[in-house]
Amino acid sequence: MVENRPFATFVSHAVLVCGVLLIAFPIWITFVAASHDAVRITQVPLPLWPGDQFFGNLYDTLTKGVGNAREQSVGLMLLNSLAMALMIAVGKIAISLLSAFAIVYFDFRFRMFFFWIIFITLMLPVEVRILPTFSVVANLGMLDTYLGLSVPLIASATATFMFRQVFLTIPDELLEAARLDGAGPLRFFKDILLPMSRTNIAALFVILFIYGWNQYLWPLLITTDKSMYTIVMGIKQMLEAAEESPEWHLIMMTTLLAMLPPVVVIVFMQKLFVKGLTETEK
Amino acid sequence: MLKRVHYKSSPLPYLLVMPQIIITMVFFIWPASQALFQSVLIEDAFGLSSEFVWFENFTALFEDDLYLDTFKRTAVFSLLVAFSSMSVALLLAGMADRVVKAATVYRTFLIWPYAVAPVVAGALWMFMFDPTLGVMATFLDLFGYDWNFRVNGGEAMVLVVIAASWKQVSYNFLFFLAAMQSIPKSMIEAAAIDGAGPWRRFWSIVFPLISPTTFFLLVMNIVYAFFDTFGIIHAITKGGPAKATEILVYKVYNDGFIGLDLGGSAAQSVILMVLVIALTAIQFRYIEKKVDY
Repeated sequence: MVENRPFATFVSHAVLVCGVLLIAFPIWITFVAASHDAVRITQVPLPLWPGDQFFGNLYDTLTKGVGNAREQSVGLMLLNSLAMALMIAVGKIAISLLSAFAIVYFDFRFRMFFFWIIFITLMLPVEVRILPTFSVVANLGMLDTYLGLSVPLIASATATFMFRQVFLTIPDELLEAARLDGAGPLRFFKDILLPMSRTNIAALFVILFIYGWNQYLWPLLITTDKSMYTIVMGIKQMLEAAEESPEWHLIMMTTLLAMLPPVVVIVFMQKLFVKGLTETEK
Repeated sequence: MLKRVHYKSSPLPYLLVMPQIIITMVFFIWPASQALFQSVLIEDAFGLSSEFVWFENFTALFEDDLYLDTFKRTAVFSLLVAFSSMSVALLLAGMADRVVKAATVYRTFLIWPYAVAPVVAGALWMFMFDPTLGVMATFLDLFGYDWNFRVNGGEAMVLVVIAASWKQVSYNFLFFLAAMQSIPKSMIEAAAIDGAGPWRRFWSIVFPLISPTTFFLLVMNIVYAFFDTFGIIHAITKGGPAKATEILVYKVYNDGFIGLDLGGSAAQSVILMVLVIALTAIQFRYIEKKVDY
């Protein structure tokens, strides 16, 4: 605080509180809708205060499923999303760590060539190459599989760049010392590099978990089997069904369930999240 | 780039880069080159044979008023999203920067929409603005305004812009706040001693000093609006009514998967790739010129 201006401070707090409320308003409406029964939710005006059906709706949603995806329980969709998000996050971190290690610590032919190949992926988001990537995955027989859901999204330049940056700041003396003690490259990687980049790995994991969980277009294209639906695309199926038979209370409950895991991750690992965000983007 | 102390060549580094290179080749380079290849071919109606047509797909696109409209629409959409989410974030970050200690508390309450999937954000806003049931539609009705984004293209655009900006405010807020907090307090104090009030200090000192961040965020927001809003649009409007919210990415999907116009969709993909490359190049120039406080 530079100077004491009680009124300006009051205004600041007021604006911030308004901002927080405005940002949270849609969630409040969702929560309220998820806590009323099927009849109340079709009567205008909609309630602005929670009802008493929250846990009943939660039970129905988790066990029975909603709308078009009726045969498919929301519980399984959550598991599919979890599997996809974890595979993407762990896979990306693993292959990026290895390739960054090779590029920074080894002198080998085609080193720069490999680096540029990885770099190019920065320019090819899945949205611009959907059709041909789809046919590759179809030809490999990976439609409707967990591998098909995750592997095509795993390669990324940003993670490799971040680890490269981290490795470049690690003092050379450590490698010299490790060599004197007779440690080979893999030993050095496992016992020195990995422990030293622990926080970066965790920060990246937070970002990638959210990225993986929120994938939409890709799972939409390559899954036709209802047992492979992820929660995020399940919501879309429900919205389509909502045009005929609106079950908004259950849809909104599913929406809450779909955003809970990534929101919890962000709120409770805020420091790591901010670190990951600023380091991968800059 | 290479460490001064490093290992000599052996088969090991090749094994280490192999997983990433294989995945990149199979799922990135190969499909992208397929898109390039497809974009200069025209397939017959049954998909049996295809003919090499040079740049006919591209010239067809740029002579197509529908496509040019989509271009303009995407520009309007991304600028609206960038402007509204950045100005709200700038206001909130400016206020949060004043209340030093409480800033982290507010940050917690402001960052979580980043974690909400675009489709989910779409579902939230669609429910709030549902023409018959929605809370906001009921509210607007009090003023005698008949809201229906399913019929009115302008209202549909407003809705997707609101949903897309809502999600992006947290990201912008984080970067703005970090930039403001890295400005040395002595500068602000010096200005205060010279008699500049908070308003004057913000526009004469803080805003110019965070301009690199503002520029970086502008690029990032445009990238976001171009590519990451597919889910929002797919959930709320499906590009309608009457294509009023169909942006470039949505058109690639629509023409390719729904319309099955492979050549045209591939040509559009290639144009998008060129746009990404241009945006990435701008972003990298920014990093080189990054200002140190």
